[in-house]
Amino acid sequence: MRDMAMHIMDIAQNSIYANATAITIEVIENKDDDSYVVIVDDNGGGMSREMVSKVTDPYVTTRTTRKTGLGIPLLKLNAERTGGNFHIHSEEGKGTNVKAEFVFTHPDRLPAGDIAGIIVLLIAANPGIEFKYQHVTNKGKYALCTAEINETLEGVSISEPSVVRFLKEMIKENQQQILIS
Amino acid sequence: MTQVKSLADLRKIKDDLQGKMGLREKSNSPESLVQIRVAMATCGIASGAKQVMEFFMEELDKRNIQAVVTQTGCMGYCFAEPTVEITLPGQAPVVYGYVDTAKADSIIEKYIKNGELVEGIIPVNYETIQK
Ligand SMILES: Nc1ncnc2c1ncn2[C@@H]1O[C@H](COP(=O)(O)OP(=O)(O)OP(=O)(O)O)[C@@H](O)[C@H]1O
Ligand code: FES
Ligand SMILES: [Mg+2]
Repeated sequence: MRDMAMHIMDIAQNSIYANATAITIEVIENKDDDSYVVIVDDNGGGMSREMVSKVTDPYVTTRTTRKTGLGIPLLKLNAERTGGNFHIHSEEGKGTNVKAEFVFTHPDRLPAGDIAGIIVLLIAANPGIEFKYQHVTNKGKYALCTAEINETLEGVSISEPSVVRFLKEMIKENQQQILIS
Repeated sequence: MTQVKSLADLRKIKDDLQGKMGLREKSNSPESLVQIRVAMATCGIASGAKQVMEFFMEELDKRNIQAVVTQTGCMGYCFAEPTVEITLPGQAPVVYGYVDTAKADSIIEKYIKNGELVEGIIPVNYETIQK
């Protein structure tokens, strides 16, 4: 994974696979703490305690239904490589919270990548899921929520190409307002 | 400071779409649309699935083809990522491997528009496909 956006897409895909109906994506950039935090939270099927302890280890191959997963171990590795850390909390039947904390100024900290593009793809491809996206930096905060967008759309599909294009521009412009680094 | 787009601006787009909507509605039942599923597991993302998915969304719209573009997890073809499953109305799904934007372009022009098969089809045992 070359950037934060790719990781976000990957972790959110886990949430979709776990049948989440609500997914929150949060990016918190804090120069004072020298941290860049990415959080993906869902209300999907969750995991047992045993499963949680296994998913961060790419070398565990007890799984029978599919090969060892890479998404979570890669994110953990990339966060820890900067001196940051990684947490995953999950409860069966309730949902999962994945939090990766990178050290902002570490040379190995991944660039942001096209976060707006990823958010918009997720929204367009999964109109049945309620997405929230929040981006906080030392300069301010931007929040978007598909429930609110759908209210504005009054029945028009959120996946309509012209809507998708608009949302991407809107996110990008708002990100620009709070851009630090 | 220039005005940043907000949801208030979205209302205009909504009104435009609602204006056109009446005309479109009839052809809008999902079975009559082209369905495209892009594999978005870790290996798919790492090999460029996002660009391919954006390409399909944008180009199908530009070329006036109504389609549903969605994402799926692992389809089991790591070796051929990015992979894309295309279902034409009333037909069995076809999976293409090694799809970049050039390949996606010929899939649209040849397969989606004319039903001509394009190189790079992965023979599929549908039992193994996960959602
Ligand atoms: N949000 C989630 N909710 C429920 N289960 C999850 C969640 N995220 C991960 N899991 C479980 O952990 C496993 C490992 O996840 P990981 O992303 O590391 O690999 P994967 O999704 O199996 O495969 P890959 O990401 O390599 O395509 C998943 O297969 C799934 O069983
Ligand atoms: S893990 Fe590569 S296609 Fe599924
Ligand atoms: Mg995964």
